[in-house]
Amino acid sequence: MSSPDTSAPETAGRSWIGGLRNQVQQLFAFLGLILIFIVFSIAQPQVFPTYSNITGNILFSAVVIGLLSLGATLIIITGGIDLSVGTGMTLCAVMAATFMVTWHLPVWLGLILTLLFGALLGFVNGTNVAILGLPPFIATLAMMLVAQGLALVISNAAPIYFDATGAHAAFIWLSTGNLIPGVKFPNAVLVFLLAAVVAYVLLNKTLLGRYDISIGSNVEATALSGIDTRKWLIIIYATAGLFTALGGIMISARLGSAQPATGAGYELQAIAAVVIGGTSLSGGKGTIVGTVIGALIIAVINNGLQIMSVRQEWQNVILGLVILIVVFIDQFRSRRLASS
Amino acid sequence: MRKISVGLAALGVAASLTLAACSSGTPTASGSAGGDSGAKPYIAIVSKGFQHQFWQAVKSGAESKAKELNVDITFEGPAAETEVEAQMTMLQAALAKKPAALGFAALDSKAAASVLQQFKDANIPVIAFDSGVDSDIPLTTAATDNKAAAAEAAKHMCELIGSKGTVGMIVHDQVSKSGTDRRDGFIEGMKANCPDVKLLDPQYGSGDQAKSADIAKSMIQANPDIAGIFGSNEGSAIGAVKGVQEAGDAAKNVKLVGFDSGQAQIDAINSGVMAGAITQNPVGMGEALVQAAVDAINGKTLPKTIDTGFYWYDKTNIDDPKIQAVLYK
Repeated sequence: MSSPDTSAPETAGRSWIGGLRNQVQQLFAFLGLILIFIVFSIAQPQVFPTYSNITGNILFSAVVIGLLSLGATLIIITGGIDLSVGTGMTLCAVMAATFMVTWHLPVWLGLILTLLFGALLGFVNGTNVAILGLPPFIATLAMMLVAQGLALVISNAAPIYFDATGAHAAFIWLSTGNLIPGVKFPNAVLVFLLAAVVAYVLLNKTLLGRYDISIGSNVEATALSGIDTRKWLIIIYATAGLFTALGGIMISARLGSAQPATGAGYELQAIAAVVIGGTSLSGGKGTIVGTVIGALIIAVINNGLQIMSVRQEWQNVILGLVILIVVFIDQFRSRRLASS
Repeated sequence: MRKISVGLAALGVAASLTLAACSSGTPTASGSAGGDSGAKPYIAIVSKGFQHQFWQAVKSGAESKAKELNVDITFEGPAAETEVEAQMTMLQAALAKKPAALGFAALDSKAAASVLQQFKDANIPVIAFDSGVDSDIPLTTAATDNKAAAAEAAKHMCELIGSKGTVGMIVHDQVSKSGTDRRDGFIEGMKANCPDVKLLDPQYGSGDQAKSADIAKSMIQANPDIAGIFGSNEGSAIGAVKGVQEAGDAAKNVKLVGFDSGQAQIDAINSGVMAGAITQNPVGMGEALVQAAVDAINGKTLPKTIDTGFYWYDKTNIDDPKIQAVLYK
């Protein structure tokens, strides 16, 4: 595999500014998270900023959307979008249950097959986008519908239950178990943190990450410098599919069952997390750290509003406002940077 | 590699588009096999969908009654109980098929008014079930008296918590009649049976188990002395169970009261995590619905409501044959 130097002088300069922009973006996102956290802590000091609330409630509830948003980040950086992460998650959950419950495969094998299945869904998305030239919105929209229907068809529209105390205890343990002795820290959060580290390494330390950003910045220039952009797009979408599958694994491990009718709407929350974290929808720049912070911001807002018994409807209004504010600040700063 | 991927991709896209062309509900036709289906009356049934196993039980009751009465039915619904518009589209599609009668469980008790008027104008009798419609068009409504059922749940909740403490409610929605009736019925029941208990504002989880679990944990976090939680449908109740389990020691004394059944709720009651629940009679509802539709087709007058009944069940009576008959997995 040839690795031409994509850092020609122009892109080197751009990537330095890009790097700086990313740092500032992450800082802003982090400050936003701290600010929101402080606001809720002042409102509910006895209850909100406690260890059990932070780990058991906030971090735990961020896991599934967080996993989906990791994969979505990789795709959005290419300038694309993935609307199928929600129902794809559900289909992967159904497949995980089919492997382990219906086909009685051992847990480790079921997990591997589910991850591969998620990669397959991503592979189809990537092929539709890269080879057939479908706009990512359309390609992943079609996949979203297919996945939604297949999940119902394969499961016969019924939940598939894992044997939580017997054969699949290890599977359930992945979510609600407690690996770290002495402290109460759900494994699901560990899985999410591990996945985030993997995504970070992928994006920042591997060819996949470099080409991801390169394709998102300027796909023609990338292709002209000898990189097979079509192949790499497919690889990127397939990799995102791995995270979608992991999301399906974690939600079905949490619930102890594969719920075939859920998932629709999760993709919007995943995309919201990516955007709030500072990744631009036009592609070419973005960070995993930002996405993780974005997922945490959403989880903090949901948890804080629930604890304060604020009516459900307001949660979405506030989330929408947060997205608007974040994107506005980003645009404002980009324009100032460009004009200076 | 390229040719194979193009072939795969083309197949993928063709499959995507073909399947995407079908609606997101999965309609099934049933009724007697063979014979001249043109002669048999056809009843279109639009339910609330597939989010809960409750509907599969209604469907099985409807199918067996349809077989007995020799009519054809289709039984469909949207993928989630939030998809009001998708349900409206299904109603329109059902109208186009010119059924002999329509069975309808409204996701939104007001949204369907204009479409139902079209059914009336076409002289197609409408039978409402599960959630009533704010309209005179349905000839009858085969449903559980949700208000009374929820009030019964409240009565048991008061007994379970000793008539003191704080109680939270996780309701599935505030748009369908089943949601509003169960919420209001529970609130009234609590006021009537244990007025000193502090009742938290209801929170809405859309019947999504994960969301309901998160809500339950937030409630437990915010109210450490919480004595009981009520889940107003299958998804909300199972979510409450998960939330209580995840909260661990902080929630070990919380009394859970649920609604409907489903394998997870049955397991929770058997293991003691859930104190008890109200079950409807979904199979009976499906049977009553088809019977009422056939009666309407044959010109019989129908009562304004058909009460399909509800029962409280817990560990002590769950194995009762009368209860077993109405539970579903």
